[in-house]
Amino acid sequence: MMSQTDTGALDVLCPMHLILGRTGHIQHAGPTLRKMYADRSLVGQRFLDVFEVRHPSAMASMSDLHDVVQTKLRLKMRAAPHTSLKGIMVPLSGPGAADQVIVNLSFGISILDGVRDFALTNADFAATDLAIEMLYLVEAKTAAMEASYRLNTRLQGAKIAAEEQAYTDTLTGLKNRRALDTVLTRLLERRDSFAVMQIDLDYFKTVNDTLGHAAGDHVLQNVARIMVDETRGSDLVARVGGDEFTVVLPEVANEDILRRVGRRIIDRLEEPMPFQGSDCKISASIGTVWIQPGQNPRMEDLLDDADVALYASKHAGRATQTLYHPELREAANASDAPKRKRDETSA
Amino acid sequence: MHGLVNRSIQVFISDTYGVSTWQDVALHAGLDFTEFEGMLRYKQAYTPQILDAAAAVLNRPRAEIMEDFGTFLVSHPGFEAVRRLLRFGGEDFVDFLQSLDDLDDRVRLAVSDLHLPKLRLRSHAEGQFSLICDAQIAGFGHVMMGVLRTMADDYGALALLDHSGTADGAEIVSIALVENDFAEGRSFELGARVG
Repeated sequence: MMSQTDTGALDVLCPMHLILGRTGHIQHAGPTLRKMYADRSLVGQRFLDVFEVRHPSAMASMSDLHDVVQTKLRLKMRAAPHTSLKGIMVPLSGPGAADQVIVNLSFGISILDGVRDFALTNADFAATDLAIEMLYLVEAKTAAMEASYRLNTRLQGAKIAAEEQAYTDTLTGLKNRRALDTVLTRLLERRDSFAVMQIDLDYFKTVNDTLGHAAGDHVLQNVARIMVDETRGSDLVARVGGDEFTVVLPEVANEDILRRVGRRIIDRLEEPMPFQGSDCKISASIGTVWIQPGQNPRMEDLLDDADVALYASKHAGRATQTLYHPELREAANASDAPKRKRDETSA
Repeated sequence: MHGLVNRSIQVFISDTYGVSTWQDVALHAGLDFTEFEGMLRYKQAYTPQILDAAAAVLNRPRAEIMEDFGTFLVSHPGFEAVRRLLRFGGEDFVDFLQSLDDLDDRVRLAVSDLHLPKLRLRSHAEGQFSLICDAQIAGFGHVMMGVLRTMADDYGALALLDHSGTADGAEIVSIALVENDFAEGRSFELGARVG
């Protein structure tokens, strides 16, 4: 038998150890194991009745156990909460050892649950055990991650808010519909003279369908560059839908200027745009409204007029610009033109 | 200084004196923002700036404010994690005091770029200690006074604390432990779920 002093020392060094006799019955249990089995005594019970050895192999008898000395064991408590444990077994030697073995157990990765399930404290672990540091780390990491998640959530919210307030179309760098509405509202309030060009790309859908969305995006970026090139710095170019653009031109002297600008834009858009060995070919239809000084239309009517003119261009075989005049509307009504829907797409 | 430090000071001042006072402090400190983020890094100079600004706005000595901040850190329910992480350091107050030597290393295990001032505990006669605080930020010893006073209560120990001034660039806090096991103290379960 082990002496009282020896088990006392083992209780301090390995508070989760067991001493088994020749028959595999528990003769002594360390203090932490005793705490875990508070309501029933471990001493006198058969080790394999209390613990299920799962690896390296299932075991039924004490002789099986003797084959696995000094091998890492994976075990499970047979009683609830069926905690997984790690263990190692060494035979006792010396006079009076009488085929005894020591099994030292540890929680391994189940430490978090183990500590909760059995309400363990610092005192239940050996002073040299890293379990407390491990628990500390888990908790500290959780707190730090929590702080990081909070920051990420706030940044995400700020990003969405910024996007909602943005005036820029992210794909093309042009202004978006929100910016267009702001500028038009201001111009209308000041009763300024200005022109609005509603530009719809022709054959763009074909590019998208045959060459893919990457080609489509490439075309849209080219289109944006061309429109900015062919207008003045004081003009506003906005992408208001998938392939719909609006140009606002303040202080236009005469209709000829509008015709020239429109023509230049269409001509340049019709130049083939190479993309990965293919040529993307598009054109554009334009509907233009020129607001004379003193006219004071509502924004809704203004954009509707531009749509009517645009429809006339489409009707005339595309690749052309139409300047709005009221007769167009009568013609459009007569031919029961499909009314284009605004506001469904946003840039 | 790490955002966690500045953010904690912000929360302390907002919580104790009100959000508008904190905004005054931020303005007085010359910040062009009022919200510190815990998980961002900030210029080293911000921390002393806001502490000085707090002293000016509140019209109280900076040392007092720093001690209150130390108390707040380990007693406010919103900072329960701090108290718990400190309690992992030791089983009783003396054990906790001894763990302070490792505090900066412990903190860096959790947040690798959070550098706290180095602390060293000297044991003298029975129950007499001094805590030497490397003070990158003047007054850090006072923060530790607030922390130690509250942690002594937390452990149920009775201790007398005294800021004994500065020597060789370090601040010294004298600790006289009257009784290590004076009262019940607050409970600490290793496995409690926080947050």
